Amino acid sequence: MELLVFAGLALVAAVAGLLVIVQRHAVYSALFLIITMGSLAGIYILLDAHFVWVIQVIVYAGAIMVLFLFVIMLLDIRSEPAPWAPPDRGRILIAVLLSVVLLAELGVAVARRFVLAPAGGPAVASSFGRTQTVGRLLFTDFLFPFEITSIILLVAMVGAMVLAKKRLH
Amino acid sequence: MLETLIVMLVKIGVVFGALLLTVAYMTWIERKVIADIQVRLGPTRVGPYGLLQPIADGLKLMFKEDLIPSQVDRAIFLLAPSLSIIPAFIAFAVIPFGDSTTLFGLLSRPVPLHITDIDVGVLFVFGAASLGVYGIVLAGWSSNNKYSLLGGLRSSAQLISYELPMGLSVVGVLLLVGSLSLVDIVKAQAGVAWWFGILPVPNWFLFSQPLGFCIYFCCALAETNRAPFDLPEAETELVAGFHTEYSSMKFAMFFMAEYANMITVAALATTLFLGGWLGPIAPSPVWFLGKVFLLLFLFIWFRATLPRFRYDQLMNFGWKRLLPLALLNTAITAIVAVRG
Amino acid sequence: MSVPLSAYLILSAYLFAMGVVGVATRRNALIIFMSIELMLNAVNLSFLAFARFLNSMDGQIFVFFVMVVAAAEVAVGLAIIIAIYRNKETVDVAELNLLKW
Repeated sequence: MELLVFAGLALVAAVAGLLVIVQRHAVYSALFLIITMGSLAGIYILLDAHFVWVIQVIVYAGAIMVLFLFVIMLLDIRSEPAPWAPPDRGRILIAVLLSVVLLAELGVAVARRFVLAPAGGPAVASSFGRTQTVGRLLFTDFLFPFEITSIILLVAMVGAMVLAKKRLH
Repeated sequence: MLETLIVMLVKIGVVFGALLLTVAYMTWIERKVIADIQVRLGPTRVGPYGLLQPIADGLKLMFKEDLIPSQVDRAIFLLAPSLSIIPAFIAFAVIPFGDSTTLFGLLSRPVPLHITDIDVGVLFVFGAASLGVYGIVLAGWSSNNKYSLLGGLRSSAQLISYELPMGLSVVGVLLLVGSLSLVDIVKAQAGVAWWFGILPVPNWFLFSQPLGFCIYFCCALAETNRAPFDLPEAETELVAGFHTEYSSMKFAMFFMAEYANMITVAALATTLFLGGWLGPIAPSPVWFLGKVFLLLFLFIWFRATLPRFRYDQLMNFGWKRLLPLALLNTAITAIVAVRG
Repeated sequence: MSVPLSAYLILSAYLFAMGVVGVATRRNALIIFMSIELMLNAVNLSFLAFARFLNSMDGQIFVFFVMVVAAAEVAVGLAIIIAIYRNKETVDVAELNLLKW
């Protein structure tokens, strides 16, 4: 059952992930990326990440991708020629080849090291991945990085406003 | 196993049916209430008191010609209405509409009256609400019409802006309860508080979080594109905004999504601030429905009374008034919750 | 039947590779940016899978931080893309050669 759910979600994520990078219009890329993120959120539930999956939906699907769509529409991006059109063909061939090598390398690493790991993993406590557990850890063991994130967000906010506010000279 | 499955399916069916029925009759209620406020009669012809009007409207919309303009982006144009209506309905999966019941002894075990209770219920509802914006944005973009695009952009900016104070306004409640589960939140509001030792008030978060409730309600109006925040569909300036090019059932789906969203935010407000299904004597779903309809009436009242905001006023109100107020509310609640 | 760790890791590796291909082949800055998001998501999947299989919450916390960084990065990145578009009227990275000598 669990395997079936995983297979379905993984298939959707994989196909949508591929479609993200071959679209001619950025809006379609964004839509397929949303689908990928949605199915990843489903996979997160299988991994007992009860808090992270809903954060994935809110932050990635609900905020980041909306921002992407917003910018795409604001900038009036047109459809572009297919990425495999003649002038780019050689470059793309090399890039794809290198990526295949990367993928093979990662595959070998996984196969060597983890293929024998027991399926399903160890039994975890019922509090694993719950909101309270995450919250407690964030405010105890990870308090310092957690506070740093607020500075990162503040800097990003200020930076975005300065950059987008008026014409750069 | 089988019994649980049947109970679950029945619950989903009942909730979905009730939601559709409420959406349909909200149009009737809205027309009647606004007519009353404006000293008119409203629909009277179709059925007694015009009660069959929603059905007539539905049939009319279904049989209208379904126009698709030639220059639209077809795939997205066809997808957008469903994208806007699905999140509106999905949020109801976690909203509890009543206490456990055996249906007057009909069932062997008490059945809790909610489809599911997940430990991140509040976040789930917000997540679903934040997905609703896609339908509007994509409808505006794919229509290939500048008014639609402007409406879609306005709407997405508005939704993103008001999501923040909305999320912050309920943090106070979450701090007091210590759980994100909507069932836990309702249960935490049981009992009676005594004001000044003599005045009995229900232990609802409306009374301990009045500021939070006001902020939530303002944001709810904005999130559902209702007056006075209905800029995305301002008829006078944008020719109805993102759904200008839509006709027939697709138009109806945007309409239904808007009303379903209204019901969702009202139900969430009931759960978070008005004690959910809690109340004396009457069965719990009756209390829940009563409170939801009270809030929906407020929505309609606002629409009949308030003029529309200007766009810059809307943004200023969200970012410079509501957001700091919500932060203040959170800070005060946190201090009180820790000290008290 | 439960899912082996390697299945998660292979999916993660595949998505990461897709992101790499996207960054290497596309010329639209927005799509490149989305490919980066795809890679971040792939890494998050690895973190969560390892967290589950090592029975340790650290991975989930790290995913939380990755998301924060991703959000900050998107805000700044998109602002930069808007600024570039205002100056050059394009988001094609091949035509952004102002710093290239």
